[in-house]
Amino acid sequence: MAKPRDVLLDPLFNNNPIALQVLGICSALAVTTRMETALVMSAAVVFVTTLSNVFVSTIRNLIPTNVRIIVQLTIIASLVIVVDQFLKAFLFDVSRQLSVFVGLIITNCIVMGRAEAFAMQNGPGLSAADGLGNGLGYGLLLLVVGAFREVFGSGTFFGQTVLQPVAEGGWYTPNGLMVLAPGAFFLIGLIIWALRTWKPEQVEPTEG
Amino acid sequence: MEHYLSLAVRAIFVENMALAFFLGMCSFLAVSKSVDTALGLGLAVIVVQAITVPLNNLLHHHLLEQGALAWISPALAGYDLTFLGFLTYIGTIAAAVQIVEMTLDRYAPGLYTTLGIFLPLIAVNCAILGGSLFMVERAYTLAESAVFGFASGLGWALAIVALAAIRERMRYSNVPDGLRGLGITFIITGLMAVGFMAFAGIRL
Repeated sequence: MAKPRDVLLDPLFNNNPIALQVLGICSALAVTTRMETALVMSAAVVFVTTLSNVFVSTIRNLIPTNVRIIVQLTIIASLVIVVDQFLKAFLFDVSRQLSVFVGLIITNCIVMGRAEAFAMQNGPGLSAADGLGNGLGYGLLLLVVGAFREVFGSGTFFGQTVLQPVAEGGWYTPNGLMVLAPGAFFLIGLIIWALRTWKPEQVEPTEG
Repeated sequence: MEHYLSLAVRAIFVENMALAFFLGMCSFLAVSKSVDTALGLGLAVIVVQAITVPLNNLLHHHLLEQGALAWISPALAGYDLTFLGFLTYIGTIAAAVQIVEMTLDRYAPGLYTTLGIFLPLIAVNCAILGGSLFMVERAYTLAESAVFGFASGLGWALAIVALAAIRERMRYSNVPDGLRGLGITFIITGLMAVGFMAFAGIRL
């Protein structure tokens, strides 16, 4: 039987949803140009994974296997609607910047993947820990990528100037690549490289 | 006509679902190990995308939008059900995938065996839901959303087939240990995204 502590902490480094399980990458790349959006997105995903795991796990014995995907999607979609309405009401600017990506939490593979792989087999308490852990693991990577992209891409951190850009009379020439789509791909690739050098057991066997 | 053509070109190349918006990344990275399977998934995405985007467009305009219920009775004209959007779109997508699967099984068994295993994956592919959400956000008309649905699916399929072809070649290269597999795939995708950015200057 898995210990709640392991279930909670494993996804942070040992079994990171983005770096190892290849889940939830879609939104990870799009919202990380600035720290603020990355932070809001992480919080939203932590909320949704935790609660969806709890709910799915609570009714796991009542769900017929044939329609389980639709049932899971309905639970997740309802939670995402709550998040979306909340953001629109209290953080309208951020909600505008996140645009469709709040809605895309529904199809974020982390949420579905954990509901399907973990919550369907385990009790609500353990599932909550798993959801929280995976949400945090996702958030952690998002914030690391967000920090790199904002600091090097526009010289700011949470909107505060850290490296004075040339345009404002400073010395730093912002690296435009960081803000664009390919920059995010390179960064995640490099982060995975770093992570796997640190933890060599995550290295994949040679293909073919 | 020209308008639709430019919309299609933009959806395929300039605003490529996978490379510019990072949508459908999970299956994009997981199912791109060989060209054959990538082609199968790509076709399935095109079909489902071309069906669901116009369908969700109809639902949006006739059920959810503010005042959209007026055709039932004028008393309902004041309702704004857009907050139910996510639930409706994902429901439509799940149902459409289910129907496509059953239709293929009944009338095109050959195609079903090729696409069959990918169809359940598609219900949770962000590119599909993303297509519908972009359609709402950009307020496309029915015809525009049909073109957009097909073209964005095509763009996604193009990207995954290209990536799969590159990865097949990569098997013979000597990649550093930590980068092998997922890491190098990200870097390749990044380079492809740089390539696709060259289309950004196209004015139509």
